[in-house]
Amino acid sequence: MGKRLEGDGRGGVEQDLLRHDCSIGEILKQRGVSRRDFLRFCSAMTAAMALPASFAPRVAQALDQVKRPTLVWLEMQSCTGDTEALLRSANPTVAEIVLEILSVDYHETIMAAAGHQAEGALDKAIADFKGNYICVIEGSISTKDGGIYGTTGGKTHLERARQVCGGALATIAVGTCAAYGGIAAASPNPTGAVGVMEAVPGTTVINLPGCPVNADNLTATIVHYLVFGKIPALDSHGRPLFAYGKRIHDNCERRPHFDAGQYVEQWGDDGHRKGFCLYKMGCKGPATFHNCPSQRYNEKTSWPIAAGHPCAGCSEPHFWDTMSPMYKRLPNVPGFGIEQTADKIGLGLVVGAGAAFAVHGALNALRRDKEPNEDTREG
Amino acid sequence: MSNQPKFKRYIWELPVRWCHWVNMACIVILSVSGFFIGNPVSFGSSASDFTMGWIRFIHFTAAYLFAVSVMSRVIWSFIGNKYSSWREFFPLMTDAGRKKTVRMLRYYLLIDKEVPETVGHNPLATAAYVVLFGIYSVMILTGFALYAQHAPQGSMHKALGFMYVLFSDQGMRLAHHISMWFIFGFVINHIYSAWLMDIKEHGGEISSMFSGYKFTVKKEE
Ligand code: HEM
Ligand code: HEM
Ligand code: SF4
Repeated sequence: MGKRLEGDGRGGVEQDLLRHDCSIGEILKQRGVSRRDFLRFCSAMTAAMALPASFAPRVAQALDQVKRPTLVWLEMQSCTGDTEALLRSANPTVAEIVLEILSVDYHETIMAAAGHQAEGALDKAIADFKGNYICVIEGSISTKDGGIYGTTGGKTHLERARQVCGGALATIAVGTCAAYGGIAAASPNPTGAVGVMEAVPGTTVINLPGCPVNADNLTATIVHYLVFGKIPALDSHGRPLFAYGKRIHDNCERRPHFDAGQYVEQWGDDGHRKGFCLYKMGCKGPATFHNCPSQRYNEKTSWPIAAGHPCAGCSEPHFWDTMSPMYKRLPNVPGFGIEQTADKIGLGLVVGAGAAFAVHGALNALRRDKEPNEDTREG
Repeated sequence: MSNQPKFKRYIWELPVRWCHWVNMACIVILSVSGFFIGNPVSFGSSASDFTMGWIRFIHFTAAYLFAVSVMSRVIWSFIGNKYSSWREFFPLMTDAGRKKTVRMLRYYLLIDKEVPETVGHNPLATAAYVVLFGIYSVMILTGFALYAQHAPQGSMHKALGFMYVLFSDQGMRLAHHISMWFIFGFVINHIYSAWLMDIKEHGGEISSMFSGYKFTVKKEE
């Protein structure tokens, strides 16, 4: 990809637009990607889609024949972390294949064109391929005060999203911000940030939350579409089941320590060095659905829990508000001062009730009761 | 009067008594195991131990028993005798119930001296039981919703789908955790009141939950 940025003439927005007629197999051959690398990529994608290995030849066959889809990538309120995750893949050949399949017709961060020329490319792509292009959105969409807190090319993000998602075959919301509003939507959410699904209701949206998105899951989603001709099955939060269908806690490599009763009690203690379970350090793995344990990040190098940090729950809706505090298992009790844990409040309640009834009992012991008479007596 | 001869009356049928004590046993087991789930102690000395595994197994087994017991009591309130009927739990719906509630309240607040003797449930107690059954529902719904997440898209997960739409995971965890304390609050009140009314009514209040019989001056109609 780095090469394309330098403008060596092998890619580029304009040229890509012309090559929609070639199949992915042909493009890869032109690019000099070896058959072996291609097949390795197909097996990796088969695994990412949680399909049995025997599907790999089918994936390869389909990719050989299928046409590469038109794809536009819009930046909204974001840190560009998802683009970074995509571009920073360590393995050059696989990364090249990924970028070839994802080859984008419009991407504000990495395209060579700028200004009116860039906007022209977008208008052309969405007009020429209306109903057939895939839209990828990164970042949340501001809705407050007409959405003026986020604009690109003189249009608010909300307007752009309506325009581009409306004509798309499907929209992929990459990263937690695009999926659910993410960090920008954290309380008090000054810009009224929301995810794509909420901003543009009624369109087909696939959510790929994560901070950042795992590039493998993005590629696998698109490969899934290319191979099966339809978008993958989604869960109730709009996430593909192949990537978000299992809970981190249930696939975690530290799980044996959880079941055994071996926990990290303090940063850097003996248990931390030995790789014990991070439950007591505030791990949100029991509440988080993502394939991090198996897919990992950066070419399967590592992921937070493997690196000794508890899961922050970044791929769940509204995680910044609902998953905090990051290093405590349970949220603070709303309405009470911070640092008031549920146990402190509960204990106060119990002690208070105990004291009240002790006093009541003492007063009762002192008083003289009256027996009920025939009329007032119930039984 | 306490020195009057009394008649024996069958009040609490077998299912009522069984549900009561099964619930109590379950709550004790669930609270102890739940405490260790919420504040785990590093009991394990090797990775092949299974202490948390067993604690959770106990919690979930008791949870199933508890859910069945609570549901059985609810069903019994439609088929059992009048003392166990669901109507008993809404005393404010009837005139007599409202009067009784006021008398009871005045007695508890140390205003009246006359003991409002009761054959079945006393109306303030039933009000507390309604709240308690609300807490039971919270425990069961949040508990099974958290539990079902080990098998997403399974039948339990699908049946409880509305829970995940309405509440966040961590919110459910917090509600599940803090509601345990609310149950403790109820239990303190409850045992105290049972003890108090046992002393004041001379009707065998506490033993009635074991035997089913209370002792009354008037004969059963
Ligand atoms: C009176 C009834 C109950 C009490 C007092 C109770 C208590 C607790 C407590 C204190 C926790 C720890 C919460 C935390 O800090 O994360 C817990 C966890 C849990 N309870 Fe209960 N519970 C009750 C009923 C149930 C029921 C009916 C279920 C249904 C299956 C259930 C399922 C769970 C689950 C799934 C967890 C989380 C376990 C985990 O994440 O490993 N509980 N319970
Ligand atoms: C976890 C602890 C307990 C809970 C949650 C609990 C809950 C309840 C409930 C819901 C009822 C209504 C019964 C029905 O209609 O089904 C009840 C009645 C009763 N319970 Fe408990 N109970 C607990 C422990 C105890 C203990 C330890 C005692 C004995 C001291 C006791 C004595 C009684 C008595 C005497 C009644 C009948 C009172 C009345 O309503 O007139 N309970 N309890
Ligand atoms: S580290 Fe987190 S996800 Fe892994 S077993 Fe422990 S609590 Fe579960």
